[in-house]
This record gives sequence, C-alpha cells and structure tokens, in this order.
Amino acid sequence: MPVTQLTSPPLRPTDGAHDAAARPGASTTPVLQLTGITKRFNGVCALNGVRLSIRPGEVMALIGENGAGKSTLVKTLTGIHRPDEGAILLDGKAVTFGSPQEAMAAGITAVHQETVMFDELTVAENIYVGRHPTRGISGRIDWAGIEADAEQLFARLEVALPVRARVRDLSVAQRHFVEIARALSQDARVVIMDEPTAALSQREIRELYRIIGQLRASGTAVIFISHKFDEIFEVADCYTVLRDGQFVAEGRLADISEPELVALMVGRAVHQAYPKADVAIGAPLLEVEGLCHPTEFRDVGFTLRKGEILGFYGLVGAGRSEVMQALFGLTTQVSGAVRLEGKPAVFRTPGEAIASGLAYVPEDRQHHGAHLTLPIMHNITLPILSTFGFFPRARAEAALARRFAEQLELKAAFLTQHVAELSGGNQQKVVLGKWLATDPKVIILDEPTKGIDIGSKAAVHRFVSELVERGLSVILVSSELPEVLGLADRVVVMRQGRVVREFTRAEATPETVVAAASGVDLGLEAAA
Amino acid sequence: MNKHLKTRMSIPELFRQREALLALMVVALVLLVGLRSPVFLSVGSLSNLLTDSTLLVMLALTQMLVIVTRGIDLSVASTLALAGMVAAMLAAAHPGLPLALVMLAAAATGLALGLVNGYLVGYLALPPIVVTLGTMSVYRGLVFVISGGAWVSAHQMPANFVAFPLQRLLGLPHLVWIALGAVLAMAFVARYTRFGRDLYAIGNAPQCAAYIGIPTARRLLWTYGLSGTVAGLCGYLWVARYAVAYTEIAYGFEFTVIAACVIGGASIAGGVGSVLGTLLGALFLSVIGNALPVLQVSPFWQSALTGTVILVAVLLNARGNRKRSRQILPLHQSQLPAARSAA
Repeated sequence: MPVTQLTSPPLRPTDGAHDAAARPGASTTPVLQLTGITKRFNGVCALNGVRLSIRPGEVMALIGENGAGKSTLVKTLTGIHRPDEGAILLDGKAVTFGSPQEAMAAGITAVHQETVMFDELTVAENIYVGRHPTRGISGRIDWAGIEADAEQLFARLEVALPVRARVRDLSVAQRHFVEIARALSQDARVVIMDEPTAALSQREIRELYRIIGQLRASGTAVIFISHKFDEIFEVADCYTVLRDGQFVAEGRLADISEPELVALMVGRAVHQAYPKADVAIGAPLLEVEGLCHPTEFRDVGFTLRKGEILGFYGLVGAGRSEVMQALFGLTTQVSGAVRLEGKPAVFRTPGEAIASGLAYVPEDRQHHGAHLTLPIMHNITLPILSTFGFFPRARAEAALARRFAEQLELKAAFLTQHVAELSGGNQQKVVLGKWLATDPKVIILDEPTKGIDIGSKAAVHRFVSELVERGLSVILVSSELPEVLGLADRVVVMRQGRVVREFTRAEATPETVVAAASGVDLGLEAAA
Repeated sequence: MNKHLKTRMSIPELFRQREALLALMVVALVLLVGLRSPVFLSVGSLSNLLTDSTLLVMLALTQMLVIVTRGIDLSVASTLALAGMVAAMLAAAHPGLPLALVMLAAAATGLALGLVNGYLVGYLALPPIVVTLGTMSVYRGLVFVISGGAWVSAHQMPANFVAFPLQRLLGLPHLVWIALGAVLAMAFVARYTRFGRDLYAIGNAPQCAAYIGIPTARRLLWTYGLSGTVAGLCGYLWVARYAVAYTEIAYGFEFTVIAACVIGGASIAGGVGSVLGTLLGALFLSVIGNALPVLQVSPFWQSALTGTVILVAVLLNARGNRKRSRQILPLHQSQLPAARSAA
C-alpha cells in the first residue's frame, strides 16, 4: 500500500506533550513490516512466508519454541542472512541489507543473548568502534567527545556505568546496557533483544524493563524475544508467534491468556510418527543425587533405568548440558552422589567415564563431536584405538568402521573421506558410531538432531530406539519438544540450573512440559 | 552499581601497574649492574645503551601492532637485511646520491616486502605465521641473490652514509631522535587513529569487527606494510651503524623483536598490546644485552635469560586472562552488587 509518508516517526523524546501527540497509538504506520519472508538452508526451510509488523513505540514479543525460526528471523533482519523470498519494509519502503552495518545504518540493531563485544576495549569505545568520530585535518580520534557522548547516553538511560571501564570487567546486564547505548547512538528505529534476561538477576531485569520503557516512550520499536511468559506479559504490548519457521498468530497481549499463548506456541500435532519401541524397563542403572555446581546447577537428581530413554527438556541455558558434562567428568567443582550400577561414579576425567561405560555425544558437533579433518574411519576408531594394540592395523580398523557405518546407514563415498565433507546428518552418524564402538551402557545424546535435515533426523530417531532395544540406556537432552515427547519414557524438566519437574510419558503434554520449563503456572496442578 | 564497578576498575589500573613494574625493573637492573661495575652508569655507557636499543624499539612497536591483530611478522629481520643490502649497494654504486634518497629506497623496499605479507594475510586470508615464515626465507634468499654473497664494507660506503646514524643533533644521535619520533608516531597511531583502533577491534573479535564494517583485509595489508617500512628504514640504519652489509645481517633478530612485545604485555592471542609496554619490553631486553658483557657473563646465558623472562611474562598474562564459568543459577542476595556496595 503506497502511503505517502508525512513525517518519519519521532526518534527521540521531543518533549512530553508533543510526543504524545505525535504518537496517536494504533493509527501510526508500522516502522517495520515483513511480508512472506522465506529462508532456506541447503534446501531446508528455516523460515516459510513469515510476516511481522511493528509500530514505533511498540514492544513486540516474538514467541516460539527453540528452532521455531526466531534466530533466523533476527539474522535476516540484521543483515546477516539474506531472505530468499519476501520483503522487508522500513517506513513502508522496501529495503535489502547486504551486511550487518547496512542494517544498523538503516536503524535496526540487535542486542544478543550472548553479547558479542570487544572485551579489551573500553565501554565508550565499544559504542563507537568502527565509526570513531575524528576531528581536524590530522584525523585524530576525538576521545573526549566519545566519552562525553557515551556519558550522555548512559545519563539518558539513567544507568551508572563508568565509560572508561573495560568491557571484560562488566556483568552481562551491563554489557546489554552498552549494546543498548550503542543502538541509541545510532538512532536505532528498531531494537531487537534476543533473550536479554537469560543471564540477569531480578534487580538487573527490573533495570532492563525500565530502559525498555524509555525506548518505548521515545518512539523506538522493540522486538523482545523471550521464553519467560511472565516477562512477556509485563513488558510487551503485542506478540507474534512462530512455529516451525511459519507465522502462526499475532495480536495484542491484553487479548490473550498465558495458556492460550502456550497452546499457540507448541501447536497441536506433536505426537507424530516416532518409532518408539516397546522395551521392558529394568533396574536403576544410573542414579544421581544432589548434584551441585557453584554457578551452574544445584540439587540435580534423577534415576535412569536400564532400557529407558530419559528426556531432558528445558530452555536454552537451563543447565542441562552442564549437568551432562559434569556426569562425564568434563567439569570440576562438582559435588553430589552419582552411582552407576550401584557403584560410586563421580568421574574426574572423561577417560574414567568412558572406561565405566558412559558415552557423551556433545551438542557442538563441529568442535567437540567430530574430528572434521580426519577420515571417517579414524573418527570411529579413535576412542578405542588402544584395543587394536600398539600398532593399529589399518584393515582391522577399516572393518570395524565399516560395521558401524553400515549399521547407521552412513552415506559416504569412502571410509577414508574426511568428516568435514559430509552433511550434518552424516557427521552426526559418524559421531554416534564412534561412541557405539566403545560399547557403552549409558549414552548421553546432547541435542542429537540440532541442525540436521529431516531425513537424517528420522534416522537418528530410529537409531535411538534401536539403542534401547539393544539394552542400552539413553539420556536425551533436546530442546525439540516433539522429539522429547515422542521418544522419551520419562521427561525431566530443568529451569535455571534446577530440576523443576519430572513427567512420565503419560503425563507429559506439550503444554505441561513447556509451562514447567518456562515457569508458567497453568493452574493444572490445582485441578489435578 | 556504581561502587561495585569502581572496585572492578582496578584491572586496567593493574595493567598500568604492570607497565610501572616493568619500568621499575629496567631501572633496578641498570642500578644493580651499576653497583657491580660503576662504569655502566657513565653518561657515555647509558647513551650507548639508548643508541643500541633504538632499532629494537622501532621494530618492536610495529611488530606489536601486527601481534595486536592476531598476527605475527617473522620476516622483519629478513626484510631489514634485504633493505639494508639494497641501501648499501645503492650507496656504493652511486656515491653522489643524496642520503635521503637512499633512506627512501630502503623504506620503499621494506614497504613492498611488507605489502606482500599483508596481501597474503589480509586478502588471501592465509595464516600469518606460515606466510611470514615463508617470506622470511624468501627475503633472506634474495639478499644472497642481489649481493652474490659478497659484503659491502665500510670503505665502499660514502662517508655521510656511515656517519649519519651516530651524528648528533642537540646532543643526541640521529638514531635516538628517529626512534623517539617513531615512538610518538606509533603512540598516536595506536590511540588516536581509526586505523590503530580498528587493529585492536580486529584482534579482539575478528567476526564482530567484520560485522561492524571494519575493512579487515585492507587494515591488515597496511599493518604488515607498516611493519615492512619500518624494517626497511631500520635496514639502512643497521647497515650504516655497523658500517657493513652482509647476507647474515640481523639473523634471528625477529625473535628478539617478538620477545620485546611479549615482555611488554602484548598478547599473542591478539587484541592486547601497548606502545609504552612494548617500549619498556625492548629497553629491558637491551639492558640485559648490554649489561651481561659488562658483568662478564657469557653471551650464551643471555639467550637463556631472555627466554626465562619471556616465560615469566607469558605466565603473568595467562593469570590475567582466566576464563569465568557460566552463571546459570540465580545469584544469592549476598552475591548481588547492590548488597556488596551497601556493605
């Protein structure tokens, strides 16, 4: 709709009365509008026809499960990805961003969950890095000006931050404030906050809310991504829900309840075709009691039985991977009791854990899971190399590698091919094969289907079922709800470093599990 | 919150303290050696020490900028040798050539060699250690090629060519003035130019630097170019100072240069390094180098001592950079900054 733009919306609080007049609520033109945004990676659709619309001075909650496409959408908006289809309209005009700085120049900035900044530079410099204002013919950087401007920005935000402090010495919250100041210094029209409260204390969250209020008052549009429903309802005016890369719903938060929002987010069709084998569940195999770490988790307890798949669900950063790493001997400073087959099993090194029959398939396949520049064959035989004797025989290694490659339906040309050349799904199969070769009793799978295509996902799911049929026990850490609900016999839910609930397969519904993970009270407990 | 940060602010101050500590060590070392042999403290001896340190200081400063970008320039000594040989041969062949032109030729040779490094590292994104290891041998080989392995000795060089570095201006040798100029220029570049600040950003977080629009390849090209230019100029100064040009000039000197940077607090991991620290690091090594002969310590010990100092410096750096673990659990009231500052 070609609407003639009268004036651009106010960027700064001109002054109370005038500002209110300039923001006649709902009738203002959207500052940012997305239509039909589609983004594919290697043929897999990460975003499919997503739309979104936000007005100046509005705070929008962008809601969706892990993997719903929120991060991809943010990256598309900030110029990191280019959409394959669809349009981004800024003030009604179509724009394309070739790079993050183009997006920034147009007024769209993102404050990331894991803030990325220049640790060794000062607060003031982080705000102006890459565009240092200079003066005179010598091109001398105007440090006094930079520091004064930075101080003014923080004064406007009413945050006390010494502008000469090094960013490495700041807390996560303070880093967010620096990023927000950076956004303000560039006259940002749209500020995207990707789970900004994930690592903040209550007090710091209050501070952040206040600043969001200020941004709103000055006519900046804020896209707020969060899994915490209480804060969504506290901070945001409206919402947009994504699921599986698709637009699901939008509306005003005043018109919807928390349970309705949860239902929109998780959808209905969860119990798809998951090949859950019926395996008799045996005696307790791995018992964990009161596992604690000074900063990462506290009082974690659960029991894994023989032949069982135990799902671990939680939001990103809930501490699930950290617990698994502790069990596997990758973390020190851990206290608590762990028993494997009744014997004490607190491991101090991964070597001890492997020798006792534990296997851990890490989340970060590229860095921790596979040796990308080694051949498939050597990846598979690496953990059990000692069993081949002092001089491993290539033929024996190849035979063993071939056995596991066939079991897992690995698609590769040669066993001597480098793992880096394989697709994500096939890389994961190599990692799984490697750990199976150690003949474990318990296998911990940390996000085993993260970033792999649908076909390979199904193969991994089938494979997880086969594992328990063979008498192994599986801990499945996953942020994909359907996967956890479809495969797990029981689901342990973690939130902020603690186990908050445990569900049996029958009890676990999308709503209850998500509610437990995000700390929403559905009122079901009272009913039950 | 304000108070809480103020206590944390002491870490940059600590860094400055580290430089103060280094300065203290340099002075203490000088005095200690002076105690054993008072001749070391004579004006002549100290002036000599200063003059001897100049080349190392200049090379270390540009090397520091390279290291800040997560790079390394192993080819500096070879660049110096090649440019020095070019200058010596040029002056020997054309004794009437103005000295300024000879110096310009040396610097231009260095620039060209440095830009080759910079192009390979910046635009072709090859690892700096491999690139400069390669060019180190190539440039050294070229010294043989152009000279045919022959020396250019003092009697072949014009008088003003040899005399210039040690000629005095306002009581100090030209060498010292040039180094002083280089220190001031480098301090300006590192702190007051976009070029310099961008290097720190690149070394700190290369991905981030690209995201905010820093032209990384171009910056790297000119960083190595600068390193080459200074090495080229030092090539002339070296050859003139020692009044001889031969194929093995400054052999292995790149390690002394890198050592000066590391002792001065530059981090091989990139992003960290200061002009003052590097200056002090270079002075420190020069003092050791000049003091040991005075104390009649075998030159072989010098290498071992330098090595020990480097290890201690790296150890100090590593302690400053311990990684913090992730905070998932909500903080206790006692851990909150508010509680702390209220107490």
